[in-house]
Amino acid sequence: MNLYHFASPSTFYHLAGKLIPWFAWGAGILTLWGLYIGFFQAPTDFQQSEAYRIIFIHVPAAWMSMFIYLVMAFWGAIGLAFNTRLSFMMARALAPTGAMFTFVALWTGAWWGKPMWGAWWVWDARLTSELILLFLYVGIIALWAAIDDIKRGDRAGSLLTLIGAINVPIIYFSVKWWNTLHQGASVSLTKAPSMAAIMLQGMLVMAFAAWFYTIAVALVRVRRIILERERHTDWAKAILAED
Amino acid sequence: MHRFLLAVLRRDLTLAARRRGDWLIAQFFFVMVASLFPLGVGPEPEMLARIGPGVLWVAATLASLLSLSRLFADDHQDGSLEHMVLSPEPTVLLVLGKALAHWLIYGIPLLAIAPVLGIQFNLPADAILTLEISLLLGTPILSLLGSVGAALTLGLRGGGVLLTLLILPLYVPALIFGAGAVDGVMSGTGAEAHLSLLGAFMVLSLIIAPWIAASALRVSLE
Repeated sequence: MNLYHFASPSTFYHLAGKLIPWFAWGAGILTLWGLYIGFFQAPTDFQQSEAYRIIFIHVPAAWMSMFIYLVMAFWGAIGLAFNTRLSFMMARALAPTGAMFTFVALWTGAWWGKPMWGAWWVWDARLTSELILLFLYVGIIALWAAIDDIKRGDRAGSLLTLIGAINVPIIYFSVKWWNTLHQGASVSLTKAPSMAAIMLQGMLVMAFAAWFYTIAVALVRVRRIILERERHTDWAKAILAED
Repeated sequence: MHRFLLAVLRRDLTLAARRRGDWLIAQFFFVMVASLFPLGVGPEPEMLARIGPGVLWVAATLASLLSLSRLFADDHQDGSLEHMVLSPEPTVLLVLGKALAHWLIYGIPLLAIAPVLGIQFNLPADAILTLEISLLLGTPILSLLGSVGAALTLGLRGGGVLLTLLILPLYVPALIFGAGAVDGVMSGTGAEAHLSLLGAFMVLSLIIAPWIAASALRVSLE
């Protein structure tokens, strides 16, 4: 059993096809389970009442938004270092999902912020750096869209992802210091009250659901990319003829 | 090695000296963007002094982006860029030389204009001095990080707007520390911390950006 065996697009195409149902069903079941815990089992918070339940979507989305960016940077670095085509395809397949989760995290954050803080938007360090993360995703996707040549696009996008990955921690800390300098700590996100075990459980289940969803969607997307790029090969022609 | 760097510098400076129009456009753009803000928010001196550092810094980033899209484009069009990349000299030095030339041509004049705009925005003298130091430390960051964007978007349709989209998020730390330093002087908390961080960010960009821009240039020319 050699892992490099699956680095070839043709073998990975079939492996991905076998894996997708597992992850898709896993994502569905975990989502239902997580939402059940979130809506029916978790008690009402005595300070935040029912509105806190949005964290079961918000926190997993925020985690995934940052994690997917790192995974993209990882695949981009692997692709640049070892010249593996599949790595670039994975990076491209992940980007839209990452941008989607960033948007969801910002949007649900606004819905949570209105009843809790009385404001849709606060220039808090986390909110601001999440917004800048969304800008980075948009920039990378726009760069890919603008470059017609596949090889150039792959490499250019990966370089941009990498320089963004170096910059993300700097942006986070700069925004954090900027924020503490400009306004007093009117809202403290870091001193969250210790969470009931059942709430944490629901959040973790939802986080796994987000993982499974991301993997399933990225695999579906990477299969499309593989077929598009390998359409001149015999095996891809055979598959395309079947459909 | 040094001779190559100096040759690139001298070439770009000579080209800029023979085409003064381009150079002036970016400087006037800086002045105009900054002058539009009082018209938008009102002429109260306290308000202007409050927003002045941020406005001048944002205007400086936009002015540098305006000129960055042409950092490699002209040489790419007449084919000389490919020759320079193919030459045995390291591409990193080519990029570094071009970024330095961009800073000398477009960054340094901003330093000369900024105090005048600072007076327009009712900034006190010590704040203007800090603004100068922060621009001196910060504008090389704009040229260096911008060279990465210019290399990535070389020859693309709509390259100028795309460059802005790619590079502006990366400018955020420079903007925060640069404008923060001036704010620090005005609010009495001091500027040293911000200026130190701005200097550190500049050194980091100086080390990393030319390498990534050189790789990007090779990718774009393939």
